[in-house]
Amino acid sequence: MSLWVDQYRPRSLDDLHYHQGLSARLRSLAASGDFPHMLFYGPSGAGKKTRIACTLKELFGPGVEKIKIDQRIFLTPSKRKLEVNLVQSNFHIEITPSETGNYDRIVIQELLKEIAQTQQVDLNAKQRFKVVIINEADSLSRDAQAALRRTMEKYMSNMRIILCANSTSRLIAPIRSRCLLMRVAAPDSDAMGTVLDYVARRVGFDLPPDVAGQIVEDAAGNMRKALLVLEALKMQSPDLSGNLSIAKPDWETYCHKVADLIVQEQTPARVMEVRAKFYELLSHCIPPTVILKTVAERVVERVDEALKADIMHWAAFYEVRMRVGSKKIFHLEAWVVKVMSLYKQFFYGMDLTGFD
Amino acid sequence: MAFFQVPATKTAPKHNVDPALQPWVEKYRPKTIDDISSQDHTVAVLKKTLTSTNLPHMLFYGPPGTGKTSTILALSRQLFGPDNFKNRVLELNASDERGIAIVREKVKNFARQTPRAQAVASDGKEYPCPPYKIIILDEADSMTQDAQGALRRIMETYARITRFCLVCNYVTRIIEPLASRCSKFRFTPLDSASASARLTMISSAENIGADSSVIDALITTSGGDLRRAITYLQSASRLASSTNPPTLITANDIQEIAGVVPNSVVSSFANTLGIETETDMDTDDRDQTKGFEPIKKKVKDLTMEGYSASQILSQLHDLIVLHPTLTGRQKSQCALILAEADKALCDGADEELWILDVALRINKSLS
Ligand SMILES: Nc1ncnc2c1ncn2[C@@H]1O[C@H](COP(=O)(O)OP(=O)(O)OP(=O)(O)O)[C@@H](O)[C@H]1O
Ligand SMILES: [Mg+2]
Repeated sequence: MSLWVDQYRPRSLDDLHYHQGLSARLRSLAASGDFPHMLFYGPSGAGKKTRIACTLKELFGPGVEKIKIDQRIFLTPSKRKLEVNLVQSNFHIEITPSETGNYDRIVIQELLKEIAQTQQVDLNAKQRFKVVIINEADSLSRDAQAALRRTMEKYMSNMRIILCANSTSRLIAPIRSRCLLMRVAAPDSDAMGTVLDYVARRVGFDLPPDVAGQIVEDAAGNMRKALLVLEALKMQSPDLSGNLSIAKPDWETYCHKVADLIVQEQTPARVMEVRAKFYELLSHCIPPTVILKTVAERVVERVDEALKADIMHWAAFYEVRMRVGSKKIFHLEAWVVKVMSLYKQFFYGMDLTGFD
Repeated sequence: MAFFQVPATKTAPKHNVDPALQPWVEKYRPKTIDDISSQDHTVAVLKKTLTSTNLPHMLFYGPPGTGKTSTILALSRQLFGPDNFKNRVLELNASDERGIAIVREKVKNFARQTPRAQAVASDGKEYPCPPYKIIILDEADSMTQDAQGALRRIMETYARITRFCLVCNYVTRIIEPLASRCSKFRFTPLDSASASARLTMISSAENIGADSSVIDALITTSGGDLRRAITYLQSASRLASSTNPPTLITANDIQEIAGVVPNSVVSSFANTLGIETETDMDTDDRDQTKGFEPIKKKVKDLTMEGYSASQILSQLHDLIVLHPTLTGRQKSQCALILAEADKALCDGADEELWILDVALRINKSLS
C-alpha cells in the first residue's frame, strides 16, 4: 500500500493540476527534440520532482516508468568506499550526490562521464540522449559544480542534465548559465484545495471544505505535506468530523519549547538548558537552519515589536556563520545568548524610563 | 545494467545528429577566432599568432559565456586543423581528476612526445601546424594550489615544445607564479552592440524573426553572458513555434524565461518596505499598517513563489538606485545592506532569512 501522495501523483504533464503555463512550456520543450539542460527550482513540496517525472515521460514515453534501483561503489582517492544509490530506467538516471558529502565531486566526475560516453543503445528510443537528474543540486560542493561545467557542454549530444534545487543562489554562475531555469512556485490555496478534492474523490470520499481549508492553511504551500496530513486525518477520523486537530511534528513542538525557554528566563543556566535541547534536535538530524528558523520565528511571536527585527537580524547573521563555520552548535548558542542579552537590555531600558 | 551497456560492436548503427535539433549554443559556437564577438583586443593579438607561429603561454579570464573556451578551441583548430587536433591539443577541465599526481602524469606523457609536422590536412587546407603542442587547462580556478604549484615546473620543463592555456573565471584564484608566466587576456561581458549583432545573426539563420525589442530583452536579462542569451532565445522560439497558431517571440516571453521577477511584484515588495513606488497611485490596497508582521508575510509570499533571492535583491537594488525621491544618504544605506546580503547568499545563507533581514533593515533605515 503506497501513500496517497505517491498513489495519486500525476504521471503525465496533462494530469498536473496547477501551473498550466509551466506545463505547456515543458510540453513544447519536450516535443522540440533539442531539449536543453534544465534547472528546476522552488520551495519544497511545490511539485518539482513530479513535474520532472512528467517531463521525462513526455520525452521518452511510458518506458521511463520502468525503474530499478542499483547501488554503485566509488573509491575515494584514499581508497574509501562510497555507496551511491542510482535510480534508473533505460532512458534516465537519478542521483543525489550530496549523500556522499564532500566526495560528491567523485560521483559527478566518474558517473557522468561514464554515462556521457556511452551511446543510447535503444535505437527506438524517442530521444538520442539520456537524462541525468541531479537532486539537491544546491548542496553540491563547489568542486562538484565545477566538474559539471565542461561535461555539460562536451557531452551534450549524449546527455542532458536536469538539476533540482530549492534555490539558485548556491549554484555557481557558470552552471546557471548552462541551464534553462524553471521556477516551480508553491501552489496557491485554490490550487491546493483542488488537488485535495481530487485525491479525496479518487479515494472515494467527500472532503468538507472547512477541513480542506484547515489543511491548506497548515501546509503553507507544501503540497506533499497537505496530502500527508489529509491521509493522516482520514485515518484518525474516518468521517472527518468532530474537532480535528492537525498534529505538529515532534521536532516543531520541541523547537517551540526551546523558544519558550528563551523568552521565559535569560540566565547562563538557561543557556545550558537550551544547549542540551539543541543537541537533542541536532542528533535527530533536524537541519540546523530549520532549527534556528523555527525557534526564531516562535520567539518573535512572543516578544515586543521593537525587538523582532533585531532578533531576526541576528538569526540571519548566525545562520550564515553556521554555514561557513563547522560547529553548528556554537552559532546556535551564540544566537541564543545574543537574543537573551537584547531582551534584557530592552527591559532594563523600559524599567528606567518607567521610573522617570 | 542496461543503462551502461556499451554497444556490442563498434559498427553498431548510431543515432545520427540532426543539426536542426542541436542546441544553438553548440551549433553557433564560433568555429574560427574571427567569429568571436566583442573581445577585439584578444582576437587581434591571437590573429597575429596564427601567422607568426609563435605563441606565449596564455591565461584567459572572464565571466561565464563570454567566449573563453570557444576562443582557445577555435584557435587550436585553426593552428592544427582537424587531423592533428587530437595529438596536438590536450584539454583538461574540472571534470577530470586534477590532483597533482594526475596533472603531472598526464601533462608529462602528452608533452613528452615530440610533435611531428604535417603540412596538408585531409580537408585539403593548409594549416600552420607550429612545432608545439597546446595544453588547455579549462576551469583552472578549481585546481588546487598544490596542483598549480606543480604546474610551474612542468611548464618550464617542457617550455620548448608545449604552450599552456589556462582558462578561468577568477584570475585571483590562479597563483601568482603561474599567472606571471602567461600573457593575460581579459574577456569582458559582451557589449550590447556585439551581442545584438550575434543574436540577430542567429535569429535570421534560424528564421525566427526576433524583433529589436526581443533582442534588447535578451541583452538586458543576460548581462553580457552570450550563452545565456542564446539559450533564452532558443527556448523562446520553441515555445512560440509550438503554440497554435505559431506566434512571434515577445520581449515578455524572454523575461519570463529569464526568471525576471515581474515589476509589479518588486514594486509591491518595495512598497511594503516603505519605498514609494509608482504603482502606489493606482492600487488602493496599500496597507497602512507597516511593520514587522506585514513585512514578514510579504517575504513568506515571495519565498513561496520561488523567486530567486539574488534576482529579487538585484531588481530591488535597481529600483532603489533609480528612485526619484530617496536621498543619496538613504540610497547609500540601502546599498550597504544589499551588499551584505549578497555576500551572505554567496556563502550559501538561507534565502528567506536574508530577504527578511534586508527588508527589515531597509524599512528601519527609511523610517
Ligand atoms: N565572444 C563570443 N562570440 C561568439 N559566441 C560566443 C561568445 N561568447 C560566448 N559565445 C557563445 O556562448 C557559448 C559559450 O561560450 P564559451 O564556452 O566560450 O564560454 P566560456 O567563456 O568558456 O564560459 P565559462 O566560463 O562558463 O566556461 C558558445 O558556444 C557561443 O555560442
Ligand atoms: Mg568554458
